[in-house]
Amino acid sequence: MELLSQLLGRMSLEYLPTEPATIGAAVGMPLGAIGVAVALTYFKKWRWLWNNWLTSLDAKKIGIMYIVVALLMLVRGLFDAMMLRLQTAVAVGDTQGPFDVDTFQQVFTAHGTIMIFFVAMGLMFGLINVVMPLMIGARDMAFPWLNSVSFWLFVAGMILNNVALIFGGFSPGGWLGYPPLTGLEYNPGPGVDYWIWSLQIAGLGSLFSGINFIVTILKKRARGMTMMKMPIFPWSVLVTSVLIALAFPILTVTLALLSLDRLMGMHFFTSDMGGNPMMYINLIWAWGHPEVYILVLPAFGIFSEVVPTFARKALFGYKTMVAALVAIMFFSFIVWQHHFFTMGAGANVNAFFGIMTMVIAIPTGVKIFNWLFTMYKGKIRFDAPMIWFLAFVVTFTLGGVTGVMMAVPALDFQVHNSLFLVAHFHNTIIGGVVFGFLAGITYWFPKLFGFRLIDKLGRWSAYLWQIGFILAFMPLYILGLMGAVRRLDHYADPTWQPFFIVSGIGVLVIMAGTFMLISQIALSVWKRKELVDTTGDPWNGRTLEWSVPSPAPHYNFASTVEVTKRDDWWYAKQAKKQLSPPPPSAYKDIWLPKNSASGLLIGIGTGLFGFAAIWHMWWLLVVALVFIVAVIIRRTYNTDDEYMISAEELMKEDAAVYKRRHV
Amino acid sequence: MKGKYRIAVAAAIVLGLALLFGWLLSTAHIDVLSPKGTIAAQQKDLMLFTVVLSAIVVVPVFVLLAVFAFKYRDTNPKHKGYDPEWKENSKLEAIWWGIPMVIIGILAVVTWYTSHSLDPYKKIQADHPSMPVQVVALQWKWLFLYPEQGVATVNYVVMPKDVPVTFYLTADAPMSAFWIPSLGSQIYNMNGMTSELNLLATQNGEYKGYSTNINGRGYADMTFTANVIDRDDFNAWTDGVRSSPRMQLLDNAQLARLQVPSVEKSAITYRLDNSGLYHEIVGKYMPNMMHEMSDEATMDSMSDMEGHH
Repeated sequence: MELLSQLLGRMSLEYLPTEPATIGAAVGMPLGAIGVAVALTYFKKWRWLWNNWLTSLDAKKIGIMYIVVALLMLVRGLFDAMMLRLQTAVAVGDTQGPFDVDTFQQVFTAHGTIMIFFVAMGLMFGLINVVMPLMIGARDMAFPWLNSVSFWLFVAGMILNNVALIFGGFSPGGWLGYPPLTGLEYNPGPGVDYWIWSLQIAGLGSLFSGINFIVTILKKRARGMTMMKMPIFPWSVLVTSVLIALAFPILTVTLALLSLDRLMGMHFFTSDMGGNPMMYINLIWAWGHPEVYILVLPAFGIFSEVVPTFARKALFGYKTMVAALVAIMFFSFIVWQHHFFTMGAGANVNAFFGIMTMVIAIPTGVKIFNWLFTMYKGKIRFDAPMIWFLAFVVTFTLGGVTGVMMAVPALDFQVHNSLFLVAHFHNTIIGGVVFGFLAGITYWFPKLFGFRLIDKLGRWSAYLWQIGFILAFMPLYILGLMGAVRRLDHYADPTWQPFFIVSGIGVLVIMAGTFMLISQIALSVWKRKELVDTTGDPWNGRTLEWSVPSPAPHYNFASTVEVTKRDDWWYAKQAKKQLSPPPPSAYKDIWLPKNSASGLLIGIGTGLFGFAAIWHMWWLLVVALVFIVAVIIRRTYNTDDEYMISAEELMKEDAAVYKRRHV
Repeated sequence: MKGKYRIAVAAAIVLGLALLFGWLLSTAHIDVLSPKGTIAAQQKDLMLFTVVLSAIVVVPVFVLLAVFAFKYRDTNPKHKGYDPEWKENSKLEAIWWGIPMVIIGILAVVTWYTSHSLDPYKKIQADHPSMPVQVVALQWKWLFLYPEQGVATVNYVVMPKDVPVTFYLTADAPMSAFWIPSLGSQIYNMNGMTSELNLLATQNGEYKGYSTNINGRGYADMTFTANVIDRDDFNAWTDGVRSSPRMQLLDNAQLARLQVPSVEKSAITYRLDNSGLYHEIVGKYMPNMMHEMSDEATMDSMSDMEGHH
């Protein structure tokens, strides 16, 4: 018995799920995983999966895996949202909602955590991985192996987050988990620890990615591509990565301190013994505010590529766009206090942070005008990415207005932590981040897979998301002003109910939009022969990624890339340069990273480490740590980690590409 | 024909949404927009001001988006003026750097001014001196202490009309927040310290109050009523509570009962003899300090901790 409790830590049967909805998920998720495993075995695809995907160090493959995981998590996050709105549509007065309060609180925590860390971040890292190296004329990331480690840490965090549903329950403390509610005194169970370790592990992966992207952009650009000739998307990635490198260590430390409070009874953020929860709130937002810009800046970058391509016109005000990005990067670090004007700081402090916050609206507004004037005098095609752009401008601008409103401290006192706030940040995150990344996926899909997506379904998805958004969130603005605060599992006032019902219908419409998106991908795979992209340049693009065939070869570029101006590919096409292959001297032997399983192994080790910390299984903690260190040491002694592709081979393959262009 | 059909569908959707929200709004009572106190009234004006100011930028954005999208679509049979190299114009850019700067500049001045004039800590000047009410957020109920009147209430607070009230806020629970939308401004309640909120109600009535910060399972039920009555009625009420022999005294046993995490659906009224009770609750998170300080000194040190003058 003694041994058993040593082995199992604080596990016990009481942590098995009891709520019907949770049991359904707890049974369904493992069944789904088993189903996939059986299918892989039946179709004899394990080796293919292992060699082509799981152990691949090709940034494009890693990027696609990020996007697949993120889309799965999007579905999970949307189901969470549906549960929340189903509850609030029903639970008025004495009427019981379908979920008890514990489930409800865990679900809204999971919804926020999953949507930010595993959907928005996942889509972002995915898109960056697949196109950023191509856009700057690089063959790969600066650190391909580290890139794989980042991805598997992301997956480990994601799995821990979902395991909570099956065994132990999740944190009820909200997505940023303010202590003392998330401290030992009020929440001693494993839920908060699941939340901590899921974010801690995924956050570490994000930090590595950020560093990797910075070095890649600074060191691996094509010859001739000075910083001011670089497309805006890599610029946005650079700025975002600087934010990641500066902000994520704060998250890591903050979560580590909270964890010390919980595991070792320390008092960083408790109310007594000299601890101070206000310190936590400052620290978490010192990361949290840059985080929202980390998410939205790459989306700005995507639209800066999409609009010129579909308007068939150079981006208006390139230099201003870069300046605006850098300005936003700077200001995003001195506004964090606006998340807690209501914590009792003095008027001077509040006013300073409020004014800094509204200053960010200036460069952001300038970006919007520059996109609009990119359309001016253009010849605009309205394919799905452009529809996402229209929805983005409408939605994001409204979010900007309510953001400026809330930046005024005296006004924030009346709307803070109400549903007005909830509506505001969904307005910017869905309008900016989600619409941006979905536009990006549609835009670059042919480059990844060699065929286009069915455009009509993409447009329909955008329409449904836009209408669903209005239905889901406009009622929340009004509810907030009526006094409805966030995170209520039930309420007394019956006049709130119609608003909550409309909002719930909005979530259903968004679900329909997501279904449209998924069927768009599925149907396009089905009809891929008709949608095939033989040119490698289906949109008549402007930047380097469109100069290589679709899907992009694993080595990205056959010959050494040399750039003379911004939008080099667009001007090369005008000079008909794309028709004649470069001289043989442009082809050189290249070295690419070999597959490696160690990233995956480190992910598994880290996941076990987190699981051990959650359940106080100290032996497993030590085993996992030793395992991780052993894998890293073994990897550092591996000198045979690259393979060569010869110049002749590249020239031969490239010749075929050029031949196709003449047909 | 197809174009017209599309426009008709789009118009129908817009009209449908407008009707839906029009109907929703007609059913609603919007507390923040129908203020019953001086602070909330100023905040409402501030809100409308920022919306109008933002519209100066937002309306042109929406108009330009619609016009450019329509005029420069490649299917436009009358398309003209395609210029793929038109990509810089410093005069135009100066306009959309400049106008937002001016607008934000105006808003910054307003922000600075209102951050001070509507500072929750700022005492409100009125015909009557400010009346202190101490507020303790418990799991999951609101305890109100009237140290001057010797009255305590749970889940409702009585405020005299036209008399400024200074709320001293603390918690004996995870962080909570005190908000009466009809009267204005919310401030966090936190363990072991005091924050402040000054409000002035100008109309009699019953207004809903909430905790806006999640603090555990009973969070949704942690509501209270703010009951604004005439000053004479208020005095009669406190006198009545004090003199009624049947009214319970808020002693340590009663307090311990309230401190047990639970949802309290009903409103409770107590007599209060211990005018230092609030400071004891605040001080319990720093036991060593309590022995050395008088109540008043503790109170001052609590305010200092806030870093607030």
